[in-house]
Amino acid sequence: MKNHAQLSQEFNANEPRVNWHDETLWWVRQKRDKAANTLPEWEQLREAASSIKYHTLSNLNDYLQQFEANAEQNGVTVHWAADAKEHNEIVHRILAAEGVNRIVKSKSMLTEECHLNPYLAEKGIDVIDTDLGERIVQLADEPPSHIVLPCIHKKKEEIGELFHEHLGTAKGEADPQVLTAAARVHLREKFLTRRAAITGVNFAIAETGEFVVCTNEGNADMGAHLADVHIACMGIEKLIPQRRHLSIYLRLLARSATGQPVTTYSSHFRRPRAGQQMHIVLVDNGRSTQLGREEFRNSLKCIRCGACMNTCPVYRRSGGHSYHTAIAGPIGAILAPNLDMKQYADLPFASTLCGSCSNVCPVKIDIHDQLYKWRQVLMKDGQGGAAKGLSMKAMNFTLSSPGVYRTAGKAGRWFLRNVPFVVNNPLNPWYKQRDMPEAPKQSFGEWYQQNRKK
Amino acid sequence: MRVGLFIPCYVDQFYPNAGIATLQLLEKLGVEVVYPANQTCCGQPMANSGFEHLTEGCNRLFVDQFAGFDYIVSPSGSCVLHVKDHLHLHDREQEAEQVRTKVYEITAFLTDILQVTALPGRFPHKVGLHQSCHGQRGLHLSAMSELVAPKFSKPLQLLNMVEGIELIPLKREDECCGFGGTFCVTEEAVSVKMGKDRVSDHLENGAQFITGTDMSCLMHMEGILRRRNSQVKVMHITEILNAGS
Amino acid sequence: MTSREKILAAVKKNQPELAPMAEYIQPERAEDLVAKFAIVLDGIGGKAVMVQRMEEIRQHLQEHWLGKGRIVSMVPELRDLGEQPSEVDPHQFENVELAILPAHFAVAENSAVWVTEELLQQRVLPFITQNLAVIVRRERLVATMHHAYELIGNGDYGFGTFIAGPSKTADIEQSLVLGAHGSKSMTVFLL
Repeated sequence: MKNHAQLSQEFNANEPRVNWHDETLWWVRQKRDKAANTLPEWEQLREAASSIKYHTLSNLNDYLQQFEANAEQNGVTVHWAADAKEHNEIVHRILAAEGVNRIVKSKSMLTEECHLNPYLAEKGIDVIDTDLGERIVQLADEPPSHIVLPCIHKKKEEIGELFHEHLGTAKGEADPQVLTAAARVHLREKFLTRRAAITGVNFAIAETGEFVVCTNEGNADMGAHLADVHIACMGIEKLIPQRRHLSIYLRLLARSATGQPVTTYSSHFRRPRAGQQMHIVLVDNGRSTQLGREEFRNSLKCIRCGACMNTCPVYRRSGGHSYHTAIAGPIGAILAPNLDMKQYADLPFASTLCGSCSNVCPVKIDIHDQLYKWRQVLMKDGQGGAAKGLSMKAMNFTLSSPGVYRTAGKAGRWFLRNVPFVVNNPLNPWYKQRDMPEAPKQSFGEWYQQNRKK
Repeated sequence: MRVGLFIPCYVDQFYPNAGIATLQLLEKLGVEVVYPANQTCCGQPMANSGFEHLTEGCNRLFVDQFAGFDYIVSPSGSCVLHVKDHLHLHDREQEAEQVRTKVYEITAFLTDILQVTALPGRFPHKVGLHQSCHGQRGLHLSAMSELVAPKFSKPLQLLNMVEGIELIPLKREDECCGFGGTFCVTEEAVSVKMGKDRVSDHLENGAQFITGTDMSCLMHMEGILRRRNSQVKVMHITEILNAGS
Repeated sequence: MTSREKILAAVKKNQPELAPMAEYIQPERAEDLVAKFAIVLDGIGGKAVMVQRMEEIRQHLQEHWLGKGRIVSMVPELRDLGEQPSEVDPHQFENVELAILPAHFAVAENSAVWVTEELLQQRVLPFITQNLAVIVRRERLVATMHHAYELIGNGDYGFGTFIAGPSKTADIEQSLVLGAHGSKSMTVFLL
């Protein structure tokens, strides 16, 4: 299993491509800035959004039951899944009961997290992802690399090649307009012929039992309104107390995500349409554990806008797949260790702690502070290995003793050997693409001793 | 006013001129400055690596050295931020808290405490200012491009007092350079790529010097410049503020 | 113990102490809502048309859409322009070229219109149609989403949606393409 540093190194083998990836996402970040700046009240909205989410988390037990009761009253069947496995089983059970073996699915990062597609495939159920970006990565047999822009890592020529192979477009055709038109025709046939549709959930309202799904393409609606069975899968943290609170989140979500004033469609599902079945699967999968981790519970405020990825200077230059988890980028790096500390111990280190992620976050998650805190938790848990612990102890020994530090420093021996970024040795990663600072004749301490000390 | 001068370990060892410029600048402005000889390191290299629990020795030493001063001033936003956010001593928490509140990054000390309105320096060159993240986003030395808030910059406010200086604009005004402490070696590929991109922005806009409030970022960019045999130099902001006078 | 009980117990045990919720009050600003709506809609690929009378809408639609294909009209005053669906299978709307819909109200800050099931008859209609025409009365134009949810209030609906412009995607190299799955164009008549 390769870690983030190794996967990033591979991504960086093609520098022009890294430049392209970086510029594309930076452009999205700039659109976000422009959109945010159209609202003088932007920072107050973020504050309110953060506060409402925290309040919801502090009363989640009640809100979940309120939501359940209202949804059931609306004629929706509510299911509870403790983990990914149970989520997948519930979805399969619903489909099997209806004898459905071909379905459409709109974007849901939760189903990515639960690995629903491979599970259903094993059970003989064909899943078509209908979000264009997700369909593209599905055809390429890859996971999405970004939660909002799933195929942001792919060039149009590569997509053209995939479409030529799978959808029969002309060889060499790479015009986004033409490719999108081909996908429209291809997916319309799926919408019209599939009897069940899965969607994600952006917000669920405790007070009314309704849920809101936001898309630009209209694929969630096309799937849901044409299907006999609609299954909406949501993490338990998607709740908000009241319908009116949507105003705050819908103002923030698309502006943060893509710089649009709102997504094209913000659809409020409250009751199944006549003759239709509607199911909601409420999924925990580690969320209640994260809720109990005081330092990390704010991560559950996330509304999945992707702004932290677009602004992250590391993400832009390492690509989403380097995070080897369903949700990439800074937010993914604080969510993933909750699921598996060992497997994702590298992710909180995939950051310079520059803090840009926390600043763009529409719900003010202290992302970079949580990255720092995860580092402490992971190393205390022994995830750094014994060698790292020992070298840190040695560093601490020297740095806590002025005498040792001065003797070590004077000869330049200790620093050159122990402070990782200055080891003057071609095998040291610093030296590969950077030169060393020139060693001065005397340290500041020595200069001071000579020039100021009476 | 008695000021304790906090010179971060790597500045002490590799960039003494930044320390000397800080000291001279403060002295010129009439401040009584003392450099406590037994200081070493704030403990950040360990803490950022996930070993904050091993920093007690550094913390104790830091409090021993600096507890008695009216202010503690340092030419590093990053180290100051670490002290502000993470310096604790369970048995001397009151002193630790005093240290946390009295520690200042040099440019913030000049603008907020000394409230300087003029500086004697002269530096007739084209200069690009690198906004180091910990100083900017952590200590709020300047406005951040992500926020919808009024624009300001303490480092720029000071640089603009220097005679003859020409500050160049940047395409990305506050993107991280990729140093990130041990990140620079554990994530070498991305770190270097970030550094190259930051350096390019300065070069494309005609910088002869790259300056900033953190020598660590500058050391990283200097490493890249020198590998390219570039004539462009890095210089700590105090060296420019103190130049030619 | 069922999963429901397990989850609720874990949540109850782990949730923080009850925290208050901030109240957000939107500052009121003097704005030309009609102009704002038109500019924003134009920016997201739609088109706003100012009209004084329903008759102008009829003329506009006849001029642009008559003879181009199947039209469904859900606007009482413009029933003659197209068919009105009753309770039929949603799949039958697959070949609709234009859907003409009334909206409850529209929002200037993002040029979204609010429609509910009772206006649509068929939920799928505004999505499956190739093109969309929506009619909103100018006095039903509000400034922001906060005003919008004040209007919605506790209103009952089985399904409701904000629609802002034509269906779109930028999934291929961030190139904006209109007409991903839903309507390829959206015209909003401000009456």
